[in-house]
Amino acid sequence: MNMQQAIKMTAAETALVDAYTAQIGDLPGDGAVLSLRDMLVDELKTAGLPTRRVESWHYTDLRTLLRAVPSADPSAFADRVDPIVPGSSVLSVRNGQADLKSVPEGIAARSYTESLIDGSAVAGLAVLGADDAIGRINGGLVRGGLEITIAEGAEFQAPIEIQVAQSHGQAHTRFPISFGAGSKATVIERHLSTNAEASFVSSVSDVTLAEGADVIWIIVQQQGPADTHLGQIRFDLGKSAKLHLFVINAGGKLVRQELHGRASGEGADLTLRGINLLGGESHTDVTFTLTHAVPHTTSSEIIRNVIFDRARGVFQGKILVAKDAQKTDAKMACNTLLLSDEADMSAKPELEIFADDVQCGHGATVADIDHTQLFYMLARGIPEKKARAMLVNAFVAEIVEELEDDEALVEALEGVISAWLEKHA
Amino acid sequence: MLEIKNLHARIAEDGTEIIRGLDLTVKAGEVAAIMGPNGSGKSTLSYILSGREDYEVTEGDILYNGESILELDASERAAKGIFLAFQYPVEIPGVATMQFLKVALNEQRKYRGEDELTTPEFMRRVKEAAAELKIAPEMLRRPLNVGFSGGEKKRAEILQMALLEPKLCILDETDSGLDIDALKVVADGVNALRSPDRAVVVITHYQRLLNYIVPDSVHVLYKGQVIKSGDKSLAHELEANGYADIIEAAA
Repeated sequence: MNMQQAIKMTAAETALVDAYTAQIGDLPGDGAVLSLRDMLVDELKTAGLPTRRVESWHYTDLRTLLRAVPSADPSAFADRVDPIVPGSSVLSVRNGQADLKSVPEGIAARSYTESLIDGSAVAGLAVLGADDAIGRINGGLVRGGLEITIAEGAEFQAPIEIQVAQSHGQAHTRFPISFGAGSKATVIERHLSTNAEASFVSSVSDVTLAEGADVIWIIVQQQGPADTHLGQIRFDLGKSAKLHLFVINAGGKLVRQELHGRASGEGADLTLRGINLLGGESHTDVTFTLTHAVPHTTSSEIIRNVIFDRARGVFQGKILVAKDAQKTDAKMACNTLLLSDEADMSAKPELEIFADDVQCGHGATVADIDHTQLFYMLARGIPEKKARAMLVNAFVAEIVEELEDDEALVEALEGVISAWLEKHA
Repeated sequence: MLEIKNLHARIAEDGTEIIRGLDLTVKAGEVAAIMGPNGSGKSTLSYILSGREDYEVTEGDILYNGESILELDASERAAKGIFLAFQYPVEIPGVATMQFLKVALNEQRKYRGEDELTTPEFMRRVKEAAAELKIAPEMLRRPLNVGFSGGEKKRAEILQMALLEPKLCILDETDSGLDIDALKVVADGVNALRSPDRAVVVITHYQRLLNYIVPDSVHVLYKGQVIKSGDKSLAHELEANGYADIIEAAA
């Protein structure tokens, strides 16, 4: 029996369901994958996009904010661009389709479309929970991406850039990636738009670090000014695995980047650093959850937001320390520079602690440019506009400089930030 | 070089009048000391001269080389050669000291229509000036003033002054928080900059600094006015007898 349709669908909801209906028979997947897709799209039809009444979407009422979804255009074509860090190995996904012609040495990659067709993707397609709207939309509509395996002990000198480029229309991609024990790599997951036409993009990365793996994972979101970007990364950290997760949001009109992780092995360590650059009328939401599941794991999170014009920023961070996870050490901070009276920031850091021998803390600050610092710079002959730009840059550069071991990387990321600031400040 | 005429100024936010009819003239080549008890308006005067927007001039004028600077913002005044050595140098995390020095120097040069310095030339000048002031190169690699000790901050101020080669140097309580060795290094740095075309205004609460930077004139500031001027012997007199007698005589 069909479920009663509970809601009157919005234009965006209708467009998403229509995109699915139009592709029936064409979307890749075996029987199990296809019936899972059906179920996910049915849930979307029944429940609709999440509203502010859903706790985890309280500050990003997707149903209201997402006014339109451009239709998918199979003929869309995005050009490949130079990687952020010169000399990186580039894995390219353009308009949702993986380009496997140039897979760098030492990386085993196959198209995610194949995993859908042979059904091996089905377990990973499950949503994280009832409020996992990104997982639901993506699971229903995903056509491509990359499945990557990094061999045990493999080490890479140059960064690996997963370049997800979009011209217009829709793209839904997935990236299941496993890092073998003791492997060491820097991965740049980069989302960009090659023009100003509207895109609707969803992307889910599913990252597993085996024992002792040491990974720097950098999400650089540079979508166009009319784009909607719904990103999610799920990560699992094995024994003594180390993940330095870095998120830079420098684009998009409506952006939600979710980061959901679990420290599953003793000695696992997460460093999360986020830089959100917001201007115009954009809305950017970074939502983070981390479960410290076992004893002796550590995490540290610092998010820095720079908000101009009438933009709105959201940070939700929830750290959960399981009952057995004694000796957990977790520290979370969210600092915001509000550069206009109409700019807005909502920060919601949360700790849920079930163990009794832990060190956890969190804090959030919102401020304008420090006037004493500004005067000091002016008093040395630096004109006000330049002084302000330097102070804004300094506020976020501090965090990038933590990656000092890789100078080329620091320089490249500083370049992304200063390019954005030059355009918007 | 500097003529302050019947200056009245107040705090912009609450209108509190701090400077109440101040007159002061400092000639090129002169070192003028401004002394006064706490709350007399010494630091405020230094901020007003350098263009801090928290203060409003309500009456009078400040002439620098014969021209009023009231309409110039702080960065323009700096580029024209007015330098304030801060009582409390400001920490700026995320801005490397070297980058700051280079931007400041080149922005000032740009304003004056001069060519920017090449990096090697810039480095040469910094190294030279740093060595004079016993500033370790490691310090210059740190973010501006971050983690510097009190003495290091004051030396870094004098380093900036030496590099920027201002014409009018205002030292606001540069001696505060310095031990005697650091005080000597800083004073030597200032004395090295004394020249016939440069004026120095030394703002200080105590006479101690003036043993090392010997002034040509001493002015006593009280309730926002200069109530007495004299030569360096006035500073010794203040040290021996305090401010009470002079304040009484002026009342």
